Amino acid sequence: MPLLELRDIRKCYHLGGEEIHALDGVTMDIEVGEFISIIGPSGSGKSTLMHILGCLDSPTSGALKLDGTMIHNAGARELAAIRNRKIGFVFQFFNLLPKLTVLQNVELPMIYSGIKAKERHERAMESLKRVELDNRAKHRPSELSGGQQQRAAIARALVNDPRIIFADEPTGNLDSHTGELILEMFHELSAEGRTIALVTHDPGIAAITPRRIEIRDGRIADKVDKKLAGLET
Amino acid sequence: MNLWSAIDIGLKEIRANKARSILTMLGVILGVASLVAMSAMTKGMENGMKESLVAAGGLATIRIEHEDDLPLHQRHLVDRAKGVTLHDVYALQESAPLVYQITPLIERWGFRSGVNVSYGGKRMRPYKFAGSWPDIISIEQHIIEHGRMFTQFDDDEARSVCVIGTDIRNDLFGDPEELGRTVVPIGETIFVNNQPLTIVGMFQHYESEAFRKRKEEAKREAELAKAEGREPKETRMRDEFIFRLKNRSIYIPLNTMLIKFKNDDDAPIGDDAHLTTLKMKIRDIEHLEPAIQQAYNVLMHTHQGILDFEFRTKEDDAEEVGAAIKNARRSGGIIAAISLIVGGIGIMNIMLASITERVREIGIRKSVGATTLDVFVQILVESVVISFIGGALGLAASVGLIETLRILTPTANAPMLTAPPMILAFGCSVAVGVIAGLFPAIKASKLQPIEALKYG
Repeated sequence: MPLLELRDIRKCYHLGGEEIHALDGVTMDIEVGEFISIIGPSGSGKSTLMHILGCLDSPTSGALKLDGTMIHNAGARELAAIRNRKIGFVFQFFNLLPKLTVLQNVELPMIYSGIKAKERHERAMESLKRVELDNRAKHRPSELSGGQQQRAAIARALVNDPRIIFADEPTGNLDSHTGELILEMFHELSAEGRTIALVTHDPGIAAITPRRIEIRDGRIADKVDKKLAGLET
Repeated sequence: MNLWSAIDIGLKEIRANKARSILTMLGVILGVASLVAMSAMTKGMENGMKESLVAAGGLATIRIEHEDDLPLHQRHLVDRAKGVTLHDVYALQESAPLVYQITPLIERWGFRSGVNVSYGGKRMRPYKFAGSWPDIISIEQHIIEHGRMFTQFDDDEARSVCVIGTDIRNDLFGDPEELGRTVVPIGETIFVNNQPLTIVGMFQHYESEAFRKRKEEAKREAELAKAEGREPKETRMRDEFIFRLKNRSIYIPLNTMLIKFKNDDDAPIGDDAHLTTLKMKIRDIEHLEPAIQQAYNVLMHTHQGILDFEFRTKEDDAEEVGAAIKNARRSGGIIAAISLIVGGIGIMNIMLASITERVREIGIRKSVGATTLDVFVQILVESVVISFIGGALGLAASVGLIETLRILTPTANAPMLTAPPMILAFGCSVAVGVIAGLFPAIKASKLQPIEALKYG
């Protein structure tokens, strides 16, 4: 059974009386353990797709099943619980809370799943160790480099042991060398058996994932643009 | 998320925006402080008024006064109106069992009917110069400190004796505070309207509790000023009227008054003599109405139906006092409540500004699993934490505010800080925090994570 099943997912926006079909019937599956990149030019709807996959947004129509649960018509409370326990996010701009320390940021998802302070602390430290950032636990995000901040964000995404990790342009805000290191980390995570979906428009990144999906005009393109997928230069 | 982490987040938020939080709290602080100070002031007023009431003889004392103005339909009977006389006293003693003490009075008010008192070239004007029976001492709640009260015997013989209040002594013989020693002028002869009167007794000095405290403070201040070699701060103090009145009174036997201080030579003496006032005490305050009715019936009989008398109870005063306090409390309460509401609006305003600023934070929290309720609770708790701290600081500030008010408006009625208004004000401030936080909390909790994350 696939981890994620999408059937004819559509998303419409109304912008000044005009109806915009951001997603126009997307059907796809993601299996457990897959490392997949979602590519496409900006405005193609790939970010919208990721938001729906990540339960940050709900589709206008279509069916979505995550880990055996139908979620396309789940309530806000259930979606929050799914985001909390089954999904980890890594964003382009890290999205760490500046007033909290790195450790507190990593603890954040566990606060909302009601885990006791002691266990929270232990698991957050473990997660930070995994991304080799345990020596920066007491620092504020602003005291870290971009790469370190993104590693903290990855630690946060991992801390609740999610079924799938979504990353939205995770290297978009980093220099190429640091970006490499972050990608390597994703690679390692994939090798450990984690399911990862990357959204990117960078061919270099798409090239490292075994599977690529291209979104064009709100649909999955029949053939992947080889240039965009980094298979040709 | 549990409550403790919500409170923790709230405190962090306050610490992160110190100046803003303090300014926001200021509204609540002032609101709470003014509410508490207002209650303390009305409480002080109430205490002072109650004390005055007791000093004037308590609720159970009733005055019956001679009334010159007859009701319209009795105007033609004015020649037959004899006024209040000793006959009334005897009749009430015989026929009004609910009245247990009654005494006649002829009262001359110093500032109305020119009573001059002199001794050895010194002159003064008493507030009250009264002729009465010895009973007056218990009805008006006087206490003799030196000498004795005049007796029935003094009255029967119409002796030229008097009992004085301490201010009379101060003016004629010297103030012990200025002389440094107490003068007891028992046995001295003073002249009232050129008639000699021998002082046989002197009352104790009457003053209110609050006035005594203020005097002590002034004394300390004077000593401090002397030690520091500067001029002491001028504080003008006057005690409640009733205490000043009692200190500036002279009492003589009724017959002495009738014989030696006649207003005109034809005035009747003996049982037909005109009195200005009857003062009576009833047995039980619970039976005030029937006692008055009983006395009224007796007097209607002795006055042959002519209404040339009037009843004055302390109950009227007490009601007036009660109404005045109620009004002061109500208007003060409304003003203080408004300032507390303004404080609440301040909190709401800041919370709204704060969530606009923190849309991204809320989005991040939601993306990692915060529910609508979690965000709602977080914002609400922040608002309550602000108002809670503000309320606590307000209570502390109220102590200072009351002290300031005491210095700025030196009345004899010192404000009284009591627990119930403090608890009430604190409770109100927390309630204001909850109410002010509701709208921002709802607004924040409704933010969609995706919308929230688009910022930045």
